[in-house]
Parts: sequence; C-alpha cells; structure tokens
Amino acid sequence: MAARDRHGLEAPWGQFRHVGRPLRKIDGLAKATGAAVYADDLSLPGMLHAKTLRSPHPHARVLSVETAEARRLPGVLAVITGQDLPVRYGILPWTQDETALAVGKVRFVGDPVAAVAAVDEDTANAALKLLRAEYEPLHAYLDPFESLARHDPAIHEDRREGNVSKRVELAFGDVEGALAAAHAVVEDDYFFHGTTHAAIEPHCALARYGADGLLTLWSSTQITHYLHRALARVLGLPAHRIRVVQPCLGGAFGGKSDPFSLEFCVAKLAMLTGRPVKMLYTREEVFYAHRGRHPMHLRYRSGATRDGRLTGVDARILIDGGAYSSYGLVTTYYSGQLLTGPYDFPAYRFDSTRVFTNKPPCGPKRGHGSVQPRFAFEVQLDQLAEKLALDPIELRRRNLLPPGAQTVNGQRVTSNGFAECLARVEEASGWRERRGRLGFGRGLGVAGSMYISGTNYPIYPNKLPQSGIQLKLDRSGLVTVFSGGNDIGQGTNSIVQELVAEELGLQLDQVRVVAADTDLCPVDLGAYSSRGTFMIGNAVLDACRKLRGPLVQAVAEHWQVDPGRVRFVEGSVIDLADPARSLSSAEAFQLAEERFDTLGATGSYNTPALGGDYRGGTIGASPAYSFTAHVVEVSVDVETGRINCERAWIAHDCGRALNPLLVAGQMEGSAYMGLAEALLEEHDVNRFGLHRGPSLLDYRLPTSVDTPELLALIVESLDPEGPYGAKEAGEGPLHPSIPALSNAVFDAVGIRLRHLPFTPGKVLKALRARPALNEAGLAAGAGRG
Amino acid sequence: MLLRVNGDLQEVDAPDHWTLLEVLRYRLGLTGTKQGCDKGDCGACTVLLDGRPVLSCLTLAREAEGHEVLTIEGLAAAHVAAGGQGADALQAAFDRSGALQCGFCQSGMILSACVLLAHHPSPSEAEVRRALSGNLCRCTGYTQVLQAVALAVSEACGQPAPRRAWEPGPTAGEER
Repeated sequence: MAARDRHGLEAPWGQFRHVGRPLRKIDGLAKATGAAVYADDLSLPGMLHAKTLRSPHPHARVLSVETAEARRLPGVLAVITGQDLPVRYGILPWTQDETALAVGKVRFVGDPVAAVAAVDEDTANAALKLLRAEYEPLHAYLDPFESLARHDPAIHEDRREGNVSKRVELAFGDVEGALAAAHAVVEDDYFFHGTTHAAIEPHCALARYGADGLLTLWSSTQITHYLHRALARVLGLPAHRIRVVQPCLGGAFGGKSDPFSLEFCVAKLAMLTGRPVKMLYTREEVFYAHRGRHPMHLRYRSGATRDGRLTGVDARILIDGGAYSSYGLVTTYYSGQLLTGPYDFPAYRFDSTRVFTNKPPCGPKRGHGSVQPRFAFEVQLDQLAEKLALDPIELRRRNLLPPGAQTVNGQRVTSNGFAECLARVEEASGWRERRGRLGFGRGLGVAGSMYISGTNYPIYPNKLPQSGIQLKLDRSGLVTVFSGGNDIGQGTNSIVQELVAEELGLQLDQVRVVAADTDLCPVDLGAYSSRGTFMIGNAVLDACRKLRGPLVQAVAEHWQVDPGRVRFVEGSVIDLADPARSLSSAEAFQLAEERFDTLGATGSYNTPALGGDYRGGTIGASPAYSFTAHVVEVSVDVETGRINCERAWIAHDCGRALNPLLVAGQMEGSAYMGLAEALLEEHDVNRFGLHRGPSLLDYRLPTSVDTPELLALIVESLDPEGPYGAKEAGEGPLHPSIPALSNAVFDAVGIRLRHLPFTPGKVLKALRARPALNEAGLAAGAGRG
Repeated sequence: MLLRVNGDLQEVDAPDHWTLLEVLRYRLGLTGTKQGCDKGDCGACTVLLDGRPVLSCLTLAREAEGHEVLTIEGLAAAHVAAGGQGADALQAAFDRSGALQCGFCQSGMILSACVLLAHHPSPSEAEVRRALSGNLCRCTGYTQVLQAVALAVSEACGQPAPRRAWEPGPTAGEER
C-alpha cells in the first residue's frame, strides 16, 4: 500500500465540521422537486425510438431473421440483427459469452434477437410484428441438476466443461478431522430461490453519433467505465471516440452492473441512421434482463465442541446461473470465500459449482454471492446452538474472530465491531428477557455477517488506480470535483462533496460534483462490491491533501505567520493566534493562485496487496470488512401459515459513519430487501421458460404496509485504512435479515425453515410435520433449545 | 387538446391513445413524473387531478381535459408563487430525512403524502403507511419516507420530530 493511501482517522482541522452529521444529499432537492434528470428524461432533436425483438424459446437455434418487410414500414429507419453486432462481450474478460443480439442461438426466453429504430415507439412496435424469425427449438435446461448431469446439447457449445459455468473447490485445514472430533455436528440442505433487483427505474439508453465520429451514450448504468470498454470492443471504435455518461439513476442494486444489449443497440442504430436513438425497456423486459440473485442449493455440515466452539465447516453448493456467465465466476468464488467471518473456525472446505440453464441470466444482487450461503450457515449455527442447549447469541459470541485476526482462508481483518453489533441488538430487542418467552406464535431470531468494502481484484487485470479524483479550485471560492464514481442513489456524490468540504475547510455549497462522465472524469471502476465510500473517499482525501499545503502556505506568507496558525473552517480562514484576523476561502484561493498558478489536483486510490497465496485467494480479499447483526421479531399465524415480520433491529459496523442519515438509509433499505426476499419475492420461470409474473404486481414488492419497523443501530469501529475510518454500509446489512427471520420462526413455533421463500404453504406443512404436541408443548419445545 | 397543468393552460397535440403520463413527459417536458411499470403497479407516475391522486399511466390524456393537473414540478412553483423559497415544506422534509435515495419513486410518493396531509394534517403512522401503500419504493424500506412525513407533521404543529433509532437517546433501553 502506498503511504499516501493511509490518511488517518483525525479531523483535518481540529474537529469535524461535516463528518458524522446527518447531512442533506447533494441532489436531494433536485430529486424532491422533479428537477433531477434520469436517462429517459433526456430527449434530443430528431431522436428515434428503438425496440427489441426477443426470443419466445428458452433454447433454440436461430435459422433466419427476415427483416425486409419491417424495413419497408414507413417510419422505420433501421433494423439490426446479430450479424450487425457479432463481437462477444461479457463483464469478465475470461467469460465473454454474450452478444448484443443473438448470433446463431438463443438461450432464454427474452434473449434479444433483433432491434428496430423508428420515428416513434408505436412504429417501432409495429415493425417488431413484421420481423420473421425462424427457430429450431433445442432441449431446454430449466433444472440445474440436469445441467450438471447432461451436456448435450450444450448451452454454450464452445466450452470444454459442458454446461458447467464454473467450479471452485477450496479447502483450508483438516475438515474431516475437525468434524470427526466435534461433539455436535449438524448437516442439512438449504435452498435459496431466485430474486431480482426491481429498481423502479427501468433500463434506458440514448446514443448520439456525431458527424465528427464521436459517439455519446447516456445510460442507466452503474459501471460507466466497464461499459465504455465494452462499447469500444463491440463497436470497433477507439475508446477515445466514445463518451459514456450516467445521468441520475433510479436504483440499481447490482441490476445495472453488466453491459446490456440496449446500450450496444442504440449506439449501432445511431451510427447507422445518423440520428439520436433511445431505447427504454418495458418492465417485462427488465425482468428478463435480470442479472439477479442466483438460486443456490446448499448443503452444509458444521461441527462444534461441547462448549460451542466451531471446529469445522464443510459446504457443497450448486448455483443456477441462467443463460450467461455475467459475474458468475466471481459469484462462485464469493459463495465460499466470504463466509469466513465474523466467526473463527480452524477448518473450512467449499465446493461450489455454477451451471448454465435456459433462464434469464443471474448476476450480482446486493450482497453478491454471499447472501445465500450466509442464510444457510446462520440457520445452521442456530441448529448447533439448539443441539448444544446454548443461547444463539452466546454461541456466536464464543466464536468471534479475535482482534487483528486473519481468517481461515487468509483474509486480513483490520477493524471489527461485530461483538458490539451483537450486544446492541441483544439489548435493544430485550433478547435476554424476551426470547423464548413471547408465547407460542411469536419469536425472536438472530444472525450475523461480514462483508467486503470493495476488493483488491479489478474486473480486468491491471495495476491502475481503482478510483481517481480531480479537483478544480475556482477563484470564486467554488471547488469542482470530477469523480468517476457512479451515484446510484446510495449517495456517493454526497460523500465526495462532504469529504472535500471537510478536508478543505469549506461549506457544503462551495463544492460541486461532476460525476460518471468518461470525457470529464477520471476512472472509477463503478458502483459494485460496496467499494464507493472506501475507495473514492480515499482518492478524495489524497487529492485534497495535495492542495492543503499550498493553500496554507499562501495564507501564512500573506499574514507572515507560522503555517500552523492557519486554519480553514467552513468557508473562512482564521488565524488561531489572532481571532481578529480572517479571510474568506475565496480570498485564500486567490492568494494561492497568485502564488502557485491555477489550482487543481488529482488523487487516487488502489488497494494494498491482499489475499491468500493460492488460486482465487485474492477474490473476496477486501481492504476492510463491515459487520452486521440482526434480531428479527415475528409472529406466525398457525391457521394460515402466514409469517408477519414485526420489527428488525439492525446493528451495522460501518466504520466511521460519515453521514449517519445515508448509513441508516442503507441499513434500512438492505433489511427491507432481505426480508422481502424471505417472505414475498420470487423470480422464477415456468416449464416453458416463461417468467412466472414479470410485473411489479406479480413480483411482490412489499408496500409501506407490508414493511416492518426497521431500527438502525450504527456501530463505528474506526478502520485504519478507510477515509477517516469509514467502511461500507450498502450491502452488508442485508445478509442477516433472512436467516434471522428463519431463526425467529423457530423461536415462535418450533419449525426450521431451510427452503426459501417462506410461504404460508411451507409453514403449514412444517407445522403439520411436527410431532403432535399441544400448543403449550410446542411453545416449550420452541423455547431455549 | 387543452390541458391545465400546474396552473398553465396548454394546448397539446398527441395521439388519442396517449396517456397523461406520456403527454406530461414527452410533450410538455414535465419529466419529474416517472414511469416505473406503465401498468399501474408502482405509483411512480402519480399526479394530482383536482387534488386527487391518479396514476397518469392509466389515465388517457384526454380524460384530464377540464381538470386541474398538478405534477411534482408544480409543488415547489406554487410554494414560491405564494412567497416561499426553494421547495415546499414537505419536499424539504423528504430531503432532510434522507428519503430521496435514487429518488425515482419520490415524486409520486410526495404527491400522495401531500394529499394525505391536506385531508389529515396529523395522521397516525398506520394512516401514513396506508396512504402511501400505492407507491412502491425500492431503496428506503419506507422508514425514511415515514420519518419525512412525521417531520413535516411535527414542524407544522411546532413539535420536535420523533427520535430515530440511530440517534443518541437519553437512555439506552429506549431503543426498543
């Protein structure tokens, strides 16, 4: 790690002026008044509208696509098929198995086949009906176990491994010996179903290709930089002739972190027609574009000593990847690599296999690859506690990673507030007085987790900075910050504004942020892996610190005082030894500009070398880890089988909470999303490969009435390498919500829910399968195990 | 057709089958009203018709003729026209409460909340939850939305806003 990447925990000017306060967001009022501009809010003169023809088959050869009739329709300007965009892409350089439009084959219902640009949407839709695509249907794989066993026909014909997308087997220590020596062993199967992001903004892209040969793409993406690279590759244009801009983004959660077909199609159509082209996915298309949470079939075996110390964990996981690779290689590693905290266990083995199926492709959803194993493992820990007659919180407490520990798979843990997280939810929920004592039908459950704050593993191998920042100081007193970061609603730009104001001693309104525009901003790798605050924040501090010296020196020389007396405070500069003397920051900027020339600076961040010394050891290696504990309270209606989640206490260690309002928003939003996955949402296809309900009504998002009371308890274990000690808050707090809910149901009615989602039918079935006990007996059985 | 939108009488030419949402967004440039599903499931397109919330994606533009349409853009403008500054109190409360994460659903949400408060200046939390149940939000888990409405209500009554779970409290046990 470069020395410049450690910026310390202290306030730059004696005490924090902005950090730690619940600040408004930089774009809050623009959003509240309808002034914020999202991708579909953009229109350009002469703009065409594009639509996509999609496959009605889950798996088929494309024999021909006849476009002549569609082209003849008045108002149609261009039609493209796979032959127009044949270059393969994929988010990971090792698994480029997608094309913008089908070349030779379609691999799921909804796979894009052709695209049309027309003067308006109605004409484009009419043109789709005139396209004639002929298919030869192939055997469709809808069950991952079949994909594991059978490889002919292969979904991707050029792969040696048949329908296996990725397999990872890693072992640390003697697992069999550890389990043999354990006093108690629990072995069970768990299932995590598919779920999707369902951001309220559908994907949208707009392209303009100028007479000068410059392509500009505005897109609802959370990965501007990777999209830029993919466009250059697929379109065959030099990257410097492409500009990618992310407008205000209406939610993503991982669902906008692949390059998508529409981005290539509008670019190509703009190049062919010489006119701007926009495409907006319908809600149904968003469900098929998917990239949501992978369904996983998980088998866990865990052992513990008589006093509850974990001895070993053995996992075997089958991952249903859908039709394409997307991030699947990373998902497969994450399904094992991210489980090795917050608990310490000396032996661990996982064997994870991702297979292709003819379903909408899966990808990263909030808590990528690790929410599913976390669910299984945290339920299994509760089963162990039951078997050992230990309180579930106590069992977790007996297995804490010691301070400064390295995990069994070689990850370095710098700061760790998990013990405090457990203590906070234990106290706030009244755990000791209430668990097991709420009467039959009502219960409390606990779970914990650990998550990354970015990883040291860039998506394509390179040694360039992961985050870059550029500052421009204006003699008006304004600082303009150019940030490559993708603000997707989580508040990255607000954090940038806050950190610059803190470091340069300014008021918030003296800092403006220009972001996610590849022409204007230095590269940042994107909004994924919870890397934003940590990495962009460190780049901001790096840039600001290069300017603090010249600014202080210019003022000190002007006043003819020691530089130690000069302090920048919320838009003013004061002399610590002479309160009567002060300047505005604008005057200070002018003095510095006179003395040193036009003022600007760049800053960057890259991770130190991290991870275990084995193949895959760097995947999941993070410069800092966040920690979370939840307690969830449920009531279960034994007549209907309906689980009602009443409240959730969420304690999350985010390092220093730079803006607690944003941190709490991430914690509450994460818990809401996890609880919804457990109880309501399901992304699946029927036996024809058709989505079961591709609408926001059928895919049951919780409303304000369905959502429980969410209580965010912020824990701050200052991280030595985070910006002022900050870590992530966007994804970690989702993980424990689902197992905590399952564990609460056990406390309430004595049944173990191991197969998601927890529908009334499953609850009733499990209740019926219980030994015939009267209600009092059930309640006793459901009590402290 | 002639539409009265945010107080302005506007003559608009659009196909008969166009919805009010399409006309607002693509003819009048009032893009603060959002489309999340185009079939009445999400509530992002909520606007007020004579003070009542309607889903503009399920309302033909022609049906709005002869009625007063209020969109999110009209809310702050009316506040300024009445002598205020910036955004109106409810919009500011959403901003101050952190309710605007991605912001995409919030113009509909704010208008729904606006109607509620016009009829019930001091609603219970259950009433607020019910009134907003037609507006899906994917970011907040509704917590900061509910806090925003509570903040607006408290300020209108001159009361302090309710304490949030993460704020330091007088006693640790009170978090429950």
